[in-house]
Amino acid sequence: MTLKTLAICIPLLPAAGAVLVGLIGLRGLRSRSHWLVIAGVGAALVAATMLFDRVRSHADDAQPTAQTITIYEWFNTGDTAGSWFDVEFLVDPLTCVMLLTVLSVSLLVVIYSVGYMRDHHGQPERGYERFFAFLGLFVFSMCTLVLAGNFLLLYLGWELVGLCSYLLIGFYYDKPAAAQAAKKAFLVNRIGDFGFGLGILLIYLRCGDLSYDHVFSAAGMQQLAGYETIVALLLFCGAVGKSAQLPLHVWLPDAMEGPTPVSALIHAATMVTAGVYMVARCSVIFAASPVAMWVVACIGAATALFAATIAVTQYDMKRILAYSTISQLGYMFLGLGVGAFDSAIFHLFTHAFFKACLFLGAGSVMHAMAGVIDIRRFGGLAKGMKVTAATFWIGGLALAGFPLLAGFWSKDEIVAAALHSQAPWLGWIALLTALMTAFYTFRMIFIAFHGPERLPNTVDRVHENGRWVTIPLIVLAVGAVGAGYLGFPPHQGGLHGFLEPVFRAAQPKLAVSASDAPHDGHLLLYVSAGISILGIWAAWYIYRRRPTVAGAAASGAASLHRMVYNKYFVDEAYDVGIVQPLRKLGRFCHGVDRFFINAILWVITAVPRAVGFGLRGMQQGSMQGYAMGMVVGVIAIVIWMLIRMAGGDAGELAAISQG
Amino acid sequence: MVNGAGMSLVGAVLFGLGVVGFLTRRNLIVMFLSTEVMFQGVLVNLIAMGMRWGDLQGQAFGVFVLVIAAVEAGLGLAIVVMLFRRRGTLDAERWNTLRG
Repeated sequence: MTLKTLAICIPLLPAAGAVLVGLIGLRGLRSRSHWLVIAGVGAALVAATMLFDRVRSHADDAQPTAQTITIYEWFNTGDTAGSWFDVEFLVDPLTCVMLLTVLSVSLLVVIYSVGYMRDHHGQPERGYERFFAFLGLFVFSMCTLVLAGNFLLLYLGWELVGLCSYLLIGFYYDKPAAAQAAKKAFLVNRIGDFGFGLGILLIYLRCGDLSYDHVFSAAGMQQLAGYETIVALLLFCGAVGKSAQLPLHVWLPDAMEGPTPVSALIHAATMVTAGVYMVARCSVIFAASPVAMWVVACIGAATALFAATIAVTQYDMKRILAYSTISQLGYMFLGLGVGAFDSAIFHLFTHAFFKACLFLGAGSVMHAMAGVIDIRRFGGLAKGMKVTAATFWIGGLALAGFPLLAGFWSKDEIVAAALHSQAPWLGWIALLTALMTAFYTFRMIFIAFHGPERLPNTVDRVHENGRWVTIPLIVLAVGAVGAGYLGFPPHQGGLHGFLEPVFRAAQPKLAVSASDAPHDGHLLLYVSAGISILGIWAAWYIYRRRPTVAGAAASGAASLHRMVYNKYFVDEAYDVGIVQPLRKLGRFCHGVDRFFINAILWVITAVPRAVGFGLRGMQQGSMQGYAMGMVVGVIAIVIWMLIRMAGGDAGELAAISQG
Repeated sequence: MVNGAGMSLVGAVLFGLGVVGFLTRRNLIVMFLSTEVMFQGVLVNLIAMGMRWGDLQGQAFGVFVLVIAAVEAGLGLAIVVMLFRRRGTLDAERWNTLRG
């Protein structure tokens, strides 16, 4: 197979599965709908693996690793080169890493959904086939986003994943909270995407072309000269929205209203990392602007810390994980901002596995607890749900950065890069966040899985879920342990070598290059391992050993706790600052429409109305009345003609009458 | 020998009778017959004009109009029958639902 065929297959196979399920799912397939999507995503994963193999062998042959493949001409708007818009794919190491991450997690999540989207009698939930059709559509969109070879196709994929996210958050559309959350996600993303769209337009204005090949080349960067900062910041707006960074993070916790597999796939492992991918893809532009890099790093660090503090106080398992995701995405942006692009992608890769594992574990718990997800209402589940508890532990350890697990290696690289940047305090924030990460993760684990068994009233007995659920959990747990070794040893692992060509162009532009930073031995590794263990120990001490400490601490700093528990009142601030004024403006406009515009229209329409009122008396509805009118009219016309002829041309009239 | 002007006069009289009948009678069938009488008046006029100008087109037209008039008479009577079935009366004044 040619590279082109492979590249086309990757997005189209899941799309074909989705379309087929959408067409015949409701009538023919019903509870077997999942097979088509599993087959489509699985085949795409095979194709992506083959693509990865090709790219890697190119790297060994010292051939260029990046190849642009034009699929077909999309549309053109003129005769110059830049006015052709092609559907073109860029295949390079970054694309391969993203595709493998997205497709492997997708496949596992789709398999998990087969077991999850059922009620307690094993019957498929309402909308079963719709769910799988949307999942297939999402995989198609995400692959398009990742494979895109120009900004226009990137934008298309970007909006498509946003649409899928909207559809899947609102999957239980008869639940008002889910419908609200879907709307909120869509609207908040709109704000970011507005900036993103402007950035793409500005690139087009300056470069006259949207193809990555051109924009990222030396010539393209020459045309962008002087505009790098504004372009990078506008593009970053899109990333802030999609990846739920401050101040647009508010949609992600609410998005947990969707089914748990969706939270795992879209709102933890793949779609929300699209922002990170995009910034890494545009590394040349970002690296050329120290200001933009600074903004990216600061927003990343601030988000990481901010979200971690909120996660410490929450009780909803999925929301804790959602804030954790926001925090980890902040890490990735911090890594990008200090120039460690490969480390950020490495963290994206490991995070996809352990966070998907954690989310799916939370889903497993939720399924067993008949929909209850509040950790105050259950506990001590480890005895009844051995597989879920074990995989949750492994995912949790990886998230907490426990030594030798995936999160340890990738997080540590970002911290190292931040400590070596121009602002080492960013590294200290990252370390503080790591401590809190370990703490909140194990707070959740100790409360939910250990101690005396507590169950909601609706559940009699803890039971483990079926194989459809546990097997993906086990595979993801293996990934959470093993994924880190693709980037081992730190900064020189196989993944870094593979990704190096992608970021080669950006490196010389950096003020402080991450790869030049001295890797001062193993000191940092020991420090971050110690921090991780300290966090886990603190969680154990507070929530298992001295369960009264937590309550005492919360009431001791009541106002602080109240502020953090309520997520720093950001939603309330947006409500007062933005939503309410907009609603007032809306009411005002409604009033103008009703009393001003409508009044003008009433005046204008009054004329025909009055005329009609005057004339309607003529319409008697009696046939003979109309006939009378006709006859009178004909007679009048004939008389008028006779008079005119008599006056105008008497000779003619005489000629006719003589006969 | 038939006089052309006389024929035109017959046509005009027929047409006038039809108009008067249509305007004065209330019975739907009679009104319908009156329209037929107007039709024949026009037909006679067509033939008279054909004679007047020495042109066969007038007569040819006349034949066509006869056929159409026959068809139209069938259609019109069918409508009248339907109307009668609806209301059980032939009074034209009862059919004034389009009053403005």
